[in-house]
Amino acid sequence: MTPTRQPRPLRTLPLIGLAAVALATAACTPNTPADASGDGEGPVTITVASTADACTLSATSAPSGNVVFSVTNNGDDVTEFYLLAEDGLRIVSEVENIGPGLSRDLVLTAKPGAYQTACKPGMVGDGIRAPFTVTDSGADVAPTGEVADQIAQATTAYVAYVKDQTEQLLAGTQDFVDAYTSGDDEAARELYAPTRVHWERIEPVAESFGDLDPRMDLREADLEDGQEWTGWHLLEKDLWQPEPDANGGEAYTPLTDAQRTQYADQLLADTQELYDRVHAADFPEAIDAAAIGNGAKGLLDEVATGKVTGEEEIWSHTDLWDFQANVDGARVAFEGLRDVVEAKDAALAGQLDTRFADLQTLLDGYTQGDGFVTYTDLSEDQVKELAAAVDALGEPLSKLTAAVVL
Amino acid sequence: MSAPVTGQGGEEPGETPAPSAPAARRDPSRRALLGAGGAGLAALAAGFAGGFGAARAQGAPPATDDGHVVPFRGARQAGIVTPAQDRLHFAAFDLTTSSRDDVVDLLRRWSLAAERMTRGLPAGELGPVGGAYDAPPDDTGEAQELRPGNLTITFGFGPSLFGGGDIGPDRFGLAARRPNALADLPHFPGDTLEAARCGGDLMVQACSDDPQIAVHAVRNLARLAFGTAQVRWSQLGYGRTSRTSSAQATPRNLFGFKDGTANLLAEDTAALDEHVWVAPGDDPAASWLAGGSYLVARRIRMTIETWDRSSLREQESVVGRTKGTGAPLSGGQEATEPDFTRTGNDGRPLIDPDSHVALAHPTANGGVRMLRRGYNYTDGSDGLGRLDAGLFFLAFVRDPVRQFVPMQNALAKNDLMSEYLRHTGSGVWAVPPGLADGADYVGQALFES
Repeated sequence: MTPTRQPRPLRTLPLIGLAAVALATAACTPNTPADASGDGEGPVTITVASTADACTLSATSAPSGNVVFSVTNNGDDVTEFYLLAEDGLRIVSEVENIGPGLSRDLVLTAKPGAYQTACKPGMVGDGIRAPFTVTDSGADVAPTGEVADQIAQATTAYVAYVKDQTEQLLAGTQDFVDAYTSGDDEAARELYAPTRVHWERIEPVAESFGDLDPRMDLREADLEDGQEWTGWHLLEKDLWQPEPDANGGEAYTPLTDAQRTQYADQLLADTQELYDRVHAADFPEAIDAAAIGNGAKGLLDEVATGKVTGEEEIWSHTDLWDFQANVDGARVAFEGLRDVVEAKDAALAGQLDTRFADLQTLLDGYTQGDGFVTYTDLSEDQVKELAAAVDALGEPLSKLTAAVVL
Repeated sequence: MSAPVTGQGGEEPGETPAPSAPAARRDPSRRALLGAGGAGLAALAAGFAGGFGAARAQGAPPATDDGHVVPFRGARQAGIVTPAQDRLHFAAFDLTTSSRDDVVDLLRRWSLAAERMTRGLPAGELGPVGGAYDAPPDDTGEAQELRPGNLTITFGFGPSLFGGGDIGPDRFGLAARRPNALADLPHFPGDTLEAARCGGDLMVQACSDDPQIAVHAVRNLARLAFGTAQVRWSQLGYGRTSRTSSAQATPRNLFGFKDGTANLLAEDTAALDEHVWVAPGDDPAASWLAGGSYLVARRIRMTIETWDRSSLREQESVVGRTKGTGAPLSGGQEATEPDFTRTGNDGRPLIDPDSHVALAHPTANGGVRMLRRGYNYTDGSDGLGRLDAGLFFLAFVRDPVRQFVPMQNALAKNDLMSEYLRHTGSGVWAVPPGLADGADYVGQALFES
């Protein structure tokens, strides 16, 4: 086996999904190209050798059906490989960011027709192009139109959901900040968890803005030495002021009125900034099926690492509100894609339905009034039971993106 | 067929039956297998627009058999009389499902993955880097490039899986099939058991020459279990404290003494039949267990620092053997039978009657013996700066009630060594027979016959 240190594609916005149906390839992939005529067993494999000035394919045609382009970068630059429509404009599929010396697979279901292939060493320009033909093998190539429509529908709906949640977050934060700066701590404490729910439901989106997330949601334990602490959890601590025992042995110093105003204003301004960004005209471009799928998984990861351990809301112990909100966000994301998942992998869809329901049943057992019992009310066994349900859901949810994108 | 006894490096590569059989059966219908392999694999196999496959004809890497493969299939489960490997990851699981079908499905997926991993293959068909780029790999990958490492994976069923009586609810309709001898161990004098280190519906013992291989195995099995079972507790062990084959030298435990001198050995087939393997007539209600065994696990913490401050004289009299050669204090070599009647000049027995050897000896226990397979463990230090270390005692017996319970009662009450021991974890599991050729999963006879 060769080491597989493919660099992760650098992305300014992690939400932008992986568009290509690229498979990591291992050295155990057969080096000998499959006969481009196919043998009826498995997909046809065509090797592609990309160098600075050549793009060599082991065959110039393939039968319709499942085709694997096994692309090896023999050059010194990062390269990409594209399968383009006959017009050379529309990208049928692509595999990006193949580092020197690495191999990566582009796998697709090819319909009969004329195409162009292109290697793009250095990832600029038109690349090194050649015609490519897909002959009619008679294989049943499933239509992609309906699925594509479903995905388009899902992304539109998800963008709307994100916008709606930021609207509610902004309004809630305004009320929270008003109460807090006016000294009505009791009202602020009551507003804290229900307002944050709107943040937690779309946390992966919020986190994709690398500058906003730490300003708004950093926990004290995450601070670097010397870093200024701002955002929700600073105010949380000021509203649920710890005894010295829980504060590293030191008496907690409440924020002054001036500090309260300063940090509350900043939180509100940051929330407004978040709102503006998700309402910007180009925001929907950042959302695709992979972003939604990965976001759903990310939300469950949040639950597994922070909420179920009670670390997120260390002063207010309102972790179960966040927990529920993360699960809400994941479920909305999944449900938007549900038709797609159902069409491609009904078993996965069914399993996710069951596991979401199981987890919700558990959570329902801890409601109190409009909210939940505090984390400190949970017994060790109850936490363990919740953790098991989160793991049970998280495992199939980690397969959602591949099921939808591929 | 006899138990899969494999000498380290002594395996005849050409005679390993397991690797070829399942592989040959599998290859022509790889897609079918993926589909049948449970929801996890189905997600990959069934998913693709137009159905292109991650199941492309990549082909699994050839099974490695460089003499470090212990066959998974056989009349007995591997990992019992298999020459004790040096490393252990032991894990007990609680089932989080109420569905019997889910349990069967888990055992099926576990058996498939275990057989693959013991051959040095990834847990899943696609492996650490062979799957879809946008999907998490179906093997975690830290065992790439490592050899099979004599990995054995042994499965067992705890009393709570069955329920019935005062054991608990019969969640899976198995209560009537619970073996009589399978019940939680009674409280023993001096037990300081921690609930978080006791019991478990299912048990997995993974042993290997390499700790990374053993941990990889349990980690991947735990992952396959999400949604069906949750790890209740687990224990790493790093040095075998018994020999289970005449080809092995006697190792030392953390007290610095040779341990396992008089252990049952793989070669003693008659003794194994008498003391380790459950015979067909042993328990008519649990005929599914015939050919299997029981595993008793005890996490025994040693008060290392106190021990280290005791004189060599005391240490040897507590054990009943010399610290150097391991010979009994009555004289001879390591293998010499202890003579409990021989007295010294003061007229007292050379071997203290309350020594560990005297109390644990078959003559003091109605002739019963056990196949011990324990491991040293060190879990760092406690908050007082003392080693959290000791012996993870594992023993396979034909009947825990008759063999282990009376002996442990006697030891706990009288053994001079008890002063230096704290039992902090405990469990007992029925270990079904091995997976015969053609069988689908470990424990099939329990669920289907």
